[in-house]
Amino acid sequence: MKLNRKWLHEEFVDLSHVSDREYVEKLTVFGQKVETYERMDAEIKNVVVGKVVSIVKHENSDHMWICQVDVGKEEPVQIVTGAQNVHQGDLVPAALHNSYLPGGIHITKGKLRGEPSHGMLCSFAELGLTQNDLPDAYADGIWILNNEDCKPGDDINVVIGNDDTIVDFEITNNRPDCYSIIGLARESAAAFGMQMKHHEPVVKGSDAGSMYDKLDVEVPATELCNRYSSRMVTNVKIAPSPKWLRNRLRANGVRPINNIVDITNYVMLEYGQPMHAFDYRYVSSGKIVVREAEEGETLTTLDDNVRQLNPGMLVIADEDKPIGLAGIMGGENSEIMDDTTTVVFESANFNGTSIRQTALALGMRTESSGKFEKNLDPMMTVPAVQRACELVELLACGDVMDGIIDIVNYVPAPKTLPLETEKINKLLGTDIPTEEMVKFLELLEIPVVNNEIQVPSWRPDLNLMADIAEEVGRSFGYNNIPTTAFKNATQGGYSPIMKFENKVGVQCQALGYSEIITYSFVSPTIFDQIRIPADSPLRNTLKIQNPLGEDTSVMRTTALPSMLDILARNSAYHNKAAKLYELSKIYLPIEGAALPEEPKILVLGTYGADESFFTIKGELEAIFAGIRVKKARYCAVNDNPSYHPGRCAKVTIDGVELGYIGQIHPLVAKNYGIDGEVYCAEINFTKLAEFRLPDPTYVALPKYPSVTRDLAILCDEEITVAQVEDVITGAAGKLLRDVRLFDIYRGTGVPEGKKSMAFSLELRADDRTLTDSDSEQAMNKALNALKKELGAELR
Amino acid sequence: MQQQLELIRQQAMSALDEATTPAALEELRVKLLGKKGELTAVLKQMGQLSPEERPVIGQIANSVRSAIEEKLEQRKAAINAAVLEEKLSAEKIDVTIPGKAVTMGHQHPMNQVLQEIKDIFIGMGYQIVDGPEVELADYNFTRLNIEEGHPSRDRSDTFYFTDDDSVLLRTQTSPMQIRAMENTKPPICILAPGRVFRKDEADATHSPMFHQIEGLVVDENITMGDLKGALVTVMRRIYGQDAQMRFRPHHFPFTEPSCEMDMQCHKCHGTGEVDGQVCSTCHGEGWIELLGAGMVHPKVLESCGIDPEKYSGFAFGMGLERMAMGRMRINDLRLIFDNDVRFLNQF
Repeated sequence: MKLNRKWLHEEFVDLSHVSDREYVEKLTVFGQKVETYERMDAEIKNVVVGKVVSIVKHENSDHMWICQVDVGKEEPVQIVTGAQNVHQGDLVPAALHNSYLPGGIHITKGKLRGEPSHGMLCSFAELGLTQNDLPDAYADGIWILNNEDCKPGDDINVVIGNDDTIVDFEITNNRPDCYSIIGLARESAAAFGMQMKHHEPVVKGSDAGSMYDKLDVEVPATELCNRYSSRMVTNVKIAPSPKWLRNRLRANGVRPINNIVDITNYVMLEYGQPMHAFDYRYVSSGKIVVREAEEGETLTTLDDNVRQLNPGMLVIADEDKPIGLAGIMGGENSEIMDDTTTVVFESANFNGTSIRQTALALGMRTESSGKFEKNLDPMMTVPAVQRACELVELLACGDVMDGIIDIVNYVPAPKTLPLETEKINKLLGTDIPTEEMVKFLELLEIPVVNNEIQVPSWRPDLNLMADIAEEVGRSFGYNNIPTTAFKNATQGGYSPIMKFENKVGVQCQALGYSEIITYSFVSPTIFDQIRIPADSPLRNTLKIQNPLGEDTSVMRTTALPSMLDILARNSAYHNKAAKLYELSKIYLPIEGAALPEEPKILVLGTYGADESFFTIKGELEAIFAGIRVKKARYCAVNDNPSYHPGRCAKVTIDGVELGYIGQIHPLVAKNYGIDGEVYCAEINFTKLAEFRLPDPTYVALPKYPSVTRDLAILCDEEITVAQVEDVITGAAGKLLRDVRLFDIYRGTGVPEGKKSMAFSLELRADDRTLTDSDSEQAMNKALNALKKELGAELR
Repeated sequence: MQQQLELIRQQAMSALDEATTPAALEELRVKLLGKKGELTAVLKQMGQLSPEERPVIGQIANSVRSAIEEKLEQRKAAINAAVLEEKLSAEKIDVTIPGKAVTMGHQHPMNQVLQEIKDIFIGMGYQIVDGPEVELADYNFTRLNIEEGHPSRDRSDTFYFTDDDSVLLRTQTSPMQIRAMENTKPPICILAPGRVFRKDEADATHSPMFHQIEGLVVDENITMGDLKGALVTVMRRIYGQDAQMRFRPHHFPFTEPSCEMDMQCHKCHGTGEVDGQVCSTCHGEGWIELLGAGMVHPKVLESCGIDPEKYSGFAFGMGLERMAMGRMRINDLRLIFDNDVRFLNQF
């Protein structure tokens, strides 16, 4: 909401002694935050009123004129102009040497076909004005100022009305009253501890008859229209508005049109009450009906667009057709024209939500709908329409007819609240006396009678003690409330699961993995990209009904595609290698439940020269060891379509599936545009947390030495290392402390279809040094079991 | 004989001096002191001496032996030192060759900032909590006193999963206030960081997914002064003890009174100008907005079964991305979610 300070000073509260910066700071900490502010004269510099003392033709040009211009100094200056509308004695805007015009244009002296020119005479367009701002001025030439109240040497900014500051406030949703000059004046006065001036509109009336004989208003849509107030003006003479009115509109970014339209806009700015004016000629049968649109109805709005209307949208109609889109924009069919003679002023209060939804549906948010959205004060409609009629009389542009139509569909409920000094002080942590609080509230024009707060109709936000505490608090000054430290009775920290999560990051980073953060929503096409079958339960996703786009429309049920996406992006950036991890949620719908399950998934992803299956597997094992979980098992799977069928393992602990690790299937890598091998691991971290080991306790270091024995066996190619380890571990007895593969050999001496695997076994007893026969026994047990269970031979 | 011994001594000394390798030394030792060595050979002739001469010659012989032995040890040490010297000099390396590369991973910059903030709050007694990102409208809006028809509920702002708008992606971490108050009785003192979602196209300052940090304190006799004290303390720990803060009124449906907290711009010191130009850090405002806060609205306390007559509390919420971007001078929000390793490796 914009406010020009001059309007405030001239009509409501004179703060002209306060600097812009001071004003802005004060209002901001008072609760009306200023977004920006700027002087209107910032763009035009060193442009003054000049009087053309003499004017002669330029000898070397067929269209230029050489003017001697009195600019309020001792000597006139010579300025050459190409305009043809300048005469001796005219007052004109003269941009002097080293002056600035809007758009950063810099004017300096120079020579025009040999004649020195010490500046430039300006058109109004060159000063940033439009024909709407200056309806009487001549557009195709120099702006002639003969009718303006000015003299040579005057700053042109003062003539234009630019000696003003525009302050742009961020108005919070709870304060619709501040979308008006009066509302902001009230806040400004209170912020500086001053009383604002009020003006009660007075309408003299005329002998032009009663509006009741001309107009009938019906409001069947009682839910969507709280109040509809209307007056009529006849014998209207459409003309430009006076300069003071045009200037106030211009300062607030409203284009002047004509007196009647300008009056509605002026009242909207001043009172915050949007108004509309209909040309009575086009109100068929003299009847206005405020109703919902009918299916299939259309309306051409003032901006020349044909609007398709639906039930639920509120329209202002006559007997036959819509003539306005309630609270948003008028219809072209009832627009004020130059020959309009009778006008119906509408000052209504519409349902904010309905207006907002209609504006949204039609894609036409207007100044008016933006105000209605906030739910305006229904008590404002009558003063606003009275003010409009008062202005008609002030501008002498018509005769206000007798009568006012005022249809009220709501029950005004004046609110009172007790002034609970003690509770307010207890909530704020202050010690403000009652009288002080009363003073604060009265400055805000909130009357307090016998400790009872009479809430004004324009303050729907004041409903309970805490609301009053805010008014008191901001008047006292938030920054004056003493800062205190409460006694905190709680213990800070992380939940056990969070501690576990924190550990994994440290482990991953130590292994060279960097953390990424990816979106929770993905494209439904990711399932095809990672080759998930059509009937996979992973495709059962939560779907966003109103996504930004297809590619962020479903909640991910797998974290793999997000990782592949980032790996692909890094590959496209020509990053030679990447090692990345993410710990974040997937979203699994639960049949019959409103909310999904949101387990956390740890994803690792790598590509680059040093990467291999065993690299990433070793790293995952290191992570598991570092975060202390039970021993995981890796079993070969060839049916995960996202992974290389020969290089993928399912990861389990105690038979519970936790995820997969492996090389990404080359077709998947290709789908993501990554050349070369990509390795990933996805682990359900929420499940993994169930297999946390207890915190470590000290185990006595061995007193007796261990014995290392090697065992090389010959077995079928199909036998896996894990199988052999399991058999050895199961058979060798309790002396066995560790089994470690150290070689796999195929070739000379090993028959086709067989392989040789060599393991190193560590044996130790806690109570003695092992003898040869101890270790011999253990080795034989292992070997026999290998023979029996896997058909393996000693090599 | 005496002369013979003296001769051995002299020759031995010069021969030992000339020897330069451990092998040459050993050869000399055998030649001089060995069983078939020169000294032994001389001593074998001792039998031919008179009883008077024997002790005299014996003494001389012993002194020759110990002189040779001593010299031998000396030379051994010298030669070993020379050999080591030579070996070490042969082992010389170019120490300016770079060390073996170790790849270190990096925590995402935003989570680094989050970690720091969490640590500070934990130190002040806050329990870190998290909760669902797919949330009920009831928690995200209704029980936070955000009425039906409020603009933030619009489908142009909020992502919905159901026709009746009852399930959504949380637009703020504030529903964690409700969940915390539902699950715990006062005193409550929590910090809830997490992902939130709003329907904004991604650009330099917007993202449809971003992070907030929500805080909530509820107990008896909590005041707005406590809110100020707690937040000033935390922000000074984050931004430095001399950071200047201000509070100004604002509006949130779920707090009353509500406020926003600003920090004086560290670049222009609140003047809004640097060298006559509009300050680029605060855009001339002189202040940088840090967070929104307020006293928990009585209706919100009530909706969680907490008696607003007995208890009061404060809540606050801040945007993590903005803090991280300010802290690390990241000028485009998209970098955060782009995850380019050249970006990640900088932190």
